[in-house]
Amino acid sequence: MQNRRTFVVTAAALAIALAYGPAGAAGKYGPGASDTEIKIGNTNPYSGPASAYGTIGKSISAYWKMVNANGGINGRKINFISQDDSYSPPKTVEKIRKLVEQEQVLFIFQSLGTPTNSAIHKYMNAKKVPHLFVATGAGKWGQPKKYPWTMGWQPAYPGEAKIYASYLLNNKPDSKVAILYQNDDYGKDYLNGFLKGLGSKAKTMVVAKEPYETADPTVEPQIIKLKASGADVFFNITTPKFAAQAIRKVHDLGWKPLHFLNNVSTSVGGVLKPAGLDKSVGLITTGYLKDPTDPQWANDADFKAWTAWMNKYYPDGDKNSSFNAYGYAVASTMHEVLKRAGDNLTRANIMKVASNLKGLKVPLLLPGITIDTSPTDFYPIECAKLQKFDGKKWALVSDVICPKR
Amino acid sequence: MSAPAGTNMRDQAALASGARLSNQQIVGIAAAVLVGLSLPLFVSDYRTFQFTLVVVYAIAVLGLNILTGFNGQFSLGHSAFYALGAYTAAIMMDQWGIAYYWTLPAAGMVCLVAGFLFGLPALRLEGLYLALATFALSIATPQILKYDHFEKWTGGVQGVVITKPDAPFGLEISQDNWLYYFAFVVMILLFFCAWNLLRGRTGRAIKAIRDNPIAASAMGVNTALYKSLTFGVSALYTGVAGALGAIAIQFVAPDSFTFFLSVAILVGMVIGGIGSIPGAIFGGIVIVFIPNLAENISKAAPWAVYGALLILFMYFMPLGIWGFIRMGYARLMRRLKAS
Amino acid sequence: MELFLQQTFSGLAFGGVYACMALAVVMIYQATDHLNFAQGEMAMFSTYIAFTLITLGVPYWWTFLLTMVISFVGGVLVERIIVRPVEGTSVLNEVIVFIGLLTIFNSLAGWIWEYTIKPFPSPFPEEPVFGNKFVSTHDLGVIGVTLVVLSGVFLFFRFTPVGLAMRAAAQDPASARLVGIRVGWMLALGWGLAAAIGAVAGMMVAPIVFLEPNMMGSILLYGFAGALLGGITNPAGAVFGGFTVGVLENLVGAYVPFIGSELKLSFALVLIIAVLVFRPSGLFGYVVVKRV
Repeated sequence: MQNRRTFVVTAAALAIALAYGPAGAAGKYGPGASDTEIKIGNTNPYSGPASAYGTIGKSISAYWKMVNANGGINGRKINFISQDDSYSPPKTVEKIRKLVEQEQVLFIFQSLGTPTNSAIHKYMNAKKVPHLFVATGAGKWGQPKKYPWTMGWQPAYPGEAKIYASYLLNNKPDSKVAILYQNDDYGKDYLNGFLKGLGSKAKTMVVAKEPYETADPTVEPQIIKLKASGADVFFNITTPKFAAQAIRKVHDLGWKPLHFLNNVSTSVGGVLKPAGLDKSVGLITTGYLKDPTDPQWANDADFKAWTAWMNKYYPDGDKNSSFNAYGYAVASTMHEVLKRAGDNLTRANIMKVASNLKGLKVPLLLPGITIDTSPTDFYPIECAKLQKFDGKKWALVSDVICPKR
Repeated sequence: MSAPAGTNMRDQAALASGARLSNQQIVGIAAAVLVGLSLPLFVSDYRTFQFTLVVVYAIAVLGLNILTGFNGQFSLGHSAFYALGAYTAAIMMDQWGIAYYWTLPAAGMVCLVAGFLFGLPALRLEGLYLALATFALSIATPQILKYDHFEKWTGGVQGVVITKPDAPFGLEISQDNWLYYFAFVVMILLFFCAWNLLRGRTGRAIKAIRDNPIAASAMGVNTALYKSLTFGVSALYTGVAGALGAIAIQFVAPDSFTFFLSVAILVGMVIGGIGSIPGAIFGGIVIVFIPNLAENISKAAPWAVYGALLILFMYFMPLGIWGFIRMGYARLMRRLKAS
Repeated sequence: MELFLQQTFSGLAFGGVYACMALAVVMIYQATDHLNFAQGEMAMFSTYIAFTLITLGVPYWWTFLLTMVISFVGGVLVERIIVRPVEGTSVLNEVIVFIGLLTIFNSLAGWIWEYTIKPFPSPFPEEPVFGNKFVSTHDLGVIGVTLVVLSGVFLFFRFTPVGLAMRAAAQDPASARLVGIRVGWMLALGWGLAAAIGAVAGMMVAPIVFLEPNMMGSILLYGFAGALLGGITNPAGAVFGGFTVGVLENLVGAYVPFIGSELKLSFALVLIIAVLVFRPSGLFGYVVVKRV
């Protein structure tokens, strides 16, 4: 009698357990996700002409190291696989295919570069793999209808250029503008955004445009030409090394234009110090992140946490480089998305969570700047503040500006 | 490969110069073709994609080999012809909607002409100076591709996106596998043509110019014509490789075709085995897989490992991988014969 | 006029750097009959060594001297240990080794010192000479240093027995050996001297362009172009070629409208090729006659 009852109860219990499947606490998983880990793929230029950006990938790796040391996300460790693509689009295609098809990562995070991301744009959407928070500010990453799996993160270059254009139209409509730009996708994106922002006045206001190649040793000849155009406004679209050269040469030539510097090269320690802090007075830029070398943040809680993290998990990293602040901030964003995804780690859900961020604040964002996305808005950060360099720090000179698209 | 006793001198000479294939060589080639055709069946789509790239670079390396290995003209500028072929294919497919298979002969023709035209002034340049001129060509190529006035066709800095072709006749083969078979067949065809070209009178003239240009011209070889033609043919091969590569990667942009590509093809040619046709296949393998190997060895400084590997290859296999295999095979045969 | 003067002087300053690189190239060529593709990266690596010394507090001119000595020793070691095994095989094999050296030095520099730009001090004072805005004192200093190095090289090859021995060893190793010249050590010496000259070029250019692992890439190209334009057999010609390339590049970019800055690189190179087509051994080089 008793044996039979035990048997029935045990059988029933077993049946119920089996019905809910093993590890009933576990959730839904896409490729690369499990109870214990989440696999994330990434490509970065650790070698080649853009190798200066490779530190972003390294800082993101260091961030995940810290997360893993503190127990992971919802109990899962992050397995961050970052591959070198040398900033060469064919290599990016090869590495991304390897990550998606061979390593079976859950999604691609912060792949870096505009031409490199362009090469995999179609593929990622055809394969329906999240292509998240790409490390480029080109305008084309925010098209949820056409490319529902791709999303940028930083303020788009055209938007930033528009801020400068609007400022000029409102405050100096009769000025003459000279522009220096890098002759590639990034540079042209800024240039075209700026011209569009000036609208019909672009033809009369822009008096000189000079491109340069990353292979050029210096931009001094271009600066000389730009000064000779007689412009009184200078829009400086350059990456860090060339930005430093340009800032210094402008000063040494005795040219004193209203000088707009693109956000990519605003690091006090990485660009302005080499150029000469005294030569950088008066530079105007937009900002959305706190610059860790900026003395005004010395006692800021975010900054202290960042410094502690750098010391412990990325001691070789350059504390002067704003790229390492960028990496920390964008990785924090990803961290938040994964946390909110909980146990539902399918690719579709990751995209869903990423496209429903409202007023999200992550460390190192300037006060007033938040991350906002929606199913029709794939531009997480659109707002920025105008800043002016006073010889020691970037002083905020405006409130939050959110250029209309 | 030694001929069996009793064959006449003519046959022996033909075998030795590569004009005729010995039975062993034919068996070897057949085996290699069989292996090549069956590869996609055993590996994932991603590996097939990588093997397609091996085929593409093998054709490019053969192109360079025809010029440098067989004709002695030093070129550091083949990335320009590769880019020309790639953009020809991209523009034809993206702007004019032409099918992918027509892009290959078109790319080849365009590059044949371009190569010949470049070869003409290059006649005056020897060794170092030719190296510099071709070096200049490959440095200038990305800038020319980005030039504003060409943007209508080239897409400027944004580049051009290409759609991968599907298998024809509704065959149930994945796009990657189909493209691999297509590229493989193209490679076999081109290799056969190269072998044919190089074993006949033209080939002998080409090689004579490499070995002793003064003697060659004294013997009546029109060095100027042959050198320019060789440049053209070499560019043709590399251009076809570029077109195939563009279809495989599905994207062309100016920054894909920098000087590093020229260096990569050169490295592939030398390590694969200079002056040899089978060496080109090893060249393709080297270009695709050595950087990955280096990255696996060291994440911190992979290109330092790559450089070290290059140097080690030159120490231990100065005749390239194919030269190493041939010597090894010859030694093995000698030992078997002795015992 | 101001534009013209500024572009010319800027071109001359850069031309000085190209000329220095061209000298290093010529040095290697005179000594070994080959072009070392890794010259630029070795120069960059030397500059990083100088940077480390300066960071450690060593005064500038001592650093300068020390770096030249270290580079010299380094060049000799590289030739004896790494390049020797492939010497005499084929040109292409040597080229591959040079390419290998190039990637090794570049990658090591990036690994050790990271890729963020570093300011490098100039030994010359900040204030422009005569208070003018056209050319900084550093630019003039570069030109001066280049001319000093050129004189040194010229005198070395022309008037010292070692220089003569080196040239002999490069042009005809077999005969040189018969006369008792240690050809192997001549090659090593050539490499050492070229490395030292390259270090000078690096230390001269770093204050202008900022120190980072990829800084020498295009400078080496222009150095080659200058050396070949002037004639690779002639150190003075190479220096002239370097200056010419620098000035030409700037002036073409400034004054030729449809070329502008977009195509000036291509144009400068096309021009050089055009010169070579008409004078294949460069403007001042001597023609090598091949006998059957």
